[in-house]
Amino acid sequence: MEKARPLWANPLQFVFACISYAVGLGNVWRFPYLCQMYGGGSFLVPYFVMLVVEGMPLLYLELAVGQRMRQGSIGAWRTISPYLGGVGLASVVVSFFLSTYYNIINAWAFWYLFHSFQDPLPWSVCPLNGNRTGYDEECEKASSTQYFWYRKTLNISPSIQDSGGVQWEQALCLLLAWLVVYLCILRGTESTGKVVYFTALLPYCVLIIYLVRGLTLHGATNGLAYMFTPKLEQLANPKAWINAATQIFFSLGLGFGSLIAFASYNQPSTNCQQHAIIVSLINSSTSIFASIVTFSIYGFKATFNYESCLNKVILLLTNSFDLEDGFLTTSNLEQVKGYLASAFPGKYSEVLPQIRNCSLESELATAVQGTGLSFIVYTEAIKNMAASQLWSVLYFFMLLMLGIGSMLGNTAAILTPLTDSKVISSHLPKEAISGLVCLVNCVIGLVFTMEAGNYWFDIFNDYAATLPLLLIVLVEIVAVCYVFGLRRFESDLQAMTGRTLNWYWKAMWAGVSPLLIISLFVFYLSDYILTGTLQYQAWDASQGQLVTKDYPLYALAIIGLLVASSTMCIPLVALGTFIVRRLKRGDTPPVA
Amino acid sequence: MRQNNSVTQEHTRRSKAKADGENAFKVRLSIRTALGDNAYAWDTNEEYLFKAMVAFSMRKVPNRETTEISHVLVCNVTQRVSFWFVVTDPLKNHTLPAVEVQTAIRMNRNRINGAFFLNDQTLEFLKIPSTLAPPTDPSVPIWIIIFGVIFCIVIVAVMLLILSGIRQRRRMSKGPTEVDDSEDKCENTITIENGIPCDPLDTKGGHINDAFMTEDERLTPL
Repeated sequence: MEKARPLWANPLQFVFACISYAVGLGNVWRFPYLCQMYGGGSFLVPYFVMLVVEGMPLLYLELAVGQRMRQGSIGAWRTISPYLGGVGLASVVVSFFLSTYYNIINAWAFWYLFHSFQDPLPWSVCPLNGNRTGYDEECEKASSTQYFWYRKTLNISPSIQDSGGVQWEQALCLLLAWLVVYLCILRGTESTGKVVYFTALLPYCVLIIYLVRGLTLHGATNGLAYMFTPKLEQLANPKAWINAATQIFFSLGLGFGSLIAFASYNQPSTNCQQHAIIVSLINSSTSIFASIVTFSIYGFKATFNYESCLNKVILLLTNSFDLEDGFLTTSNLEQVKGYLASAFPGKYSEVLPQIRNCSLESELATAVQGTGLSFIVYTEAIKNMAASQLWSVLYFFMLLMLGIGSMLGNTAAILTPLTDSKVISSHLPKEAISGLVCLVNCVIGLVFTMEAGNYWFDIFNDYAATLPLLLIVLVEIVAVCYVFGLRRFESDLQAMTGRTLNWYWKAMWAGVSPLLIISLFVFYLSDYILTGTLQYQAWDASQGQLVTKDYPLYALAIIGLLVASSTMCIPLVALGTFIVRRLKRGDTPPVA
Repeated sequence: MRQNNSVTQEHTRRSKAKADGENAFKVRLSIRTALGDNAYAWDTNEEYLFKAMVAFSMRKVPNRETTEISHVLVCNVTQRVSFWFVVTDPLKNHTLPAVEVQTAIRMNRNRINGAFFLNDQTLEFLKIPSTLAPPTDPSVPIWIIIFGVIFCIVIVAVMLLILSGIRQRRRMSKGPTEVDDSEDKCENTITIENGIPCDPLDTKGGHINDAFMTEDERLTPL
């Protein structure tokens, strides 16, 4: 009797697992940035078009493959065609890279969470300098939140060449993050199935609380108006469409093998079409919801900074001209400036260079994405709220839930093929396999806790998963439609779920989606080739800001290795299988 | 004559306040910013209080215990409110060195601020930097305590899960008679009979095999 495959206790666990995996940090810190850059409200048009044309079909395809083949990515693609085991292997390699660098974000979230229990928040004040008469120089030049991120958290080195040593505080947080992930995946679907209730639902609770708080903040409407005002001319910008497609693609987590792994634990009769639609819609609505919250916070922060800037100008003028305290207000500032310029031209021209032009627009226009948004911009807004410790704890707890939810999917993509393989699972129990995977990832992840760790993190983040994934998903679609055969797949699905396949899905799988992915692939390649040498942003402590530097040769080599190690799996395994089969056929004598 | 003398004395003292620029300090008050509607007006009485506070601070310095309020000179009062002040020593007829005045004011800054309901930012002595309060540094950083707590909880949970997993496996391998245990857990798994999964059929509860036709359907209907 075969060992029974573990299943989800109910279909809801499967849906929550997919949501918890798909709804991740990208929804919170990438989508708002894209929305801001590409036309605000009008970005929603290309976003929805891409969701319907690209997101839903590809998601349905992966879920259907997983549910039909009932194996992890390697086994599933090998079943479709023996030459395509490399696709599964490439997915596992990419997932391995992803889980290595993704968990450091959880470590940072833990670090900030633990530091939120102090009054005042450590990133709200600059530390004092040596003789206690002023603040630390680097902190003065940058801001206190930037200082806390770059100096206290990362202790970042000036360039990628100066690696520095491992920061023990970050290493401890990374260890804790891996222990928490191990705790969740320890028992397979049994434990994962229960954890995903929390990781899927809690972020929404926090987002709703933040929505209420965000909308009631002073100046929130400025941010919302700025974001949602549609700039229709951006619709003609091809970059908007390309970025919408890329965002849908990566946000759903296609091509990593996690969705195949999750779906393989389903009952074969599960209606995966419905689930695909639900998950992709929830993922996109969460992005929009999160960006409403983000923009109300942006608006608050921008208004706060704008008003501080105005107050500084007022103070400067009041002190220079010994005007009565309280006489200058924001409403009469311009008039008084004009009067002073005409009445005391000499003195005014002395003071003029120090008067900054305060502009709400320029504060709002500072678009940030990625770790900068979460750990610098949000913390800056939080420190100015009342009861900031509470909001800080809530926010980083939400980040943790989102991050751990995605990690569950990443590790499932690696573990499912390993536990499926008879060789490994006969020697080791699944707890040991999970433990080994977590241990290996944790040890490699220590690289990201070094002083130059953030630069390596950026390398992995930008290059490890982008190009290979496009190729993997392209090969996946082509394999299912043309190698396995669309008609055969259709009849299999019908037999499995009892529902006929809509013509829409067939049209998308066979025609539109592959073309879309090919165009995305071409765009990415040409972008890399045209920009020439790759550059990165390094933190300059003396200036207190980021500067652009070129990658050294060995970093470029590692980037190349990252991309090649996953993409080369596909042709190499195909070639290997072909050779092995040829040899076998050569050995056995031909049947008469 | 005496009146003339005192007027000229006042005059020379006032000129000392301007002339001895290096021993004079500019003071800036932002009363409206600090107190809003409760702001008081700056008049000569407040000036008198200020002079008294400066004299008080100077009396705390060794060798200067005899400083009187009249030794402190205030001039150039503007609407801001800002003014210059200087402390004189009438015996030697010169102004006290800036360093002494600076030290005296720094040591008594809190008292001076308190007398006017202001703080370091709203009552500024230009050229006298205020000592910033150092941030409170607990002996053990708070984050390590919280980290330790969560770390221990997670380790205990991991141990518990691993141990219960080992125990379950030992129980399963010990007895095929213990099949009821695994049956409960397997109610959602596929039962395989003859290598054919029965799952597409009915797996709930008993093992009804829908492949067999029911009595009524065996005979083709007329």
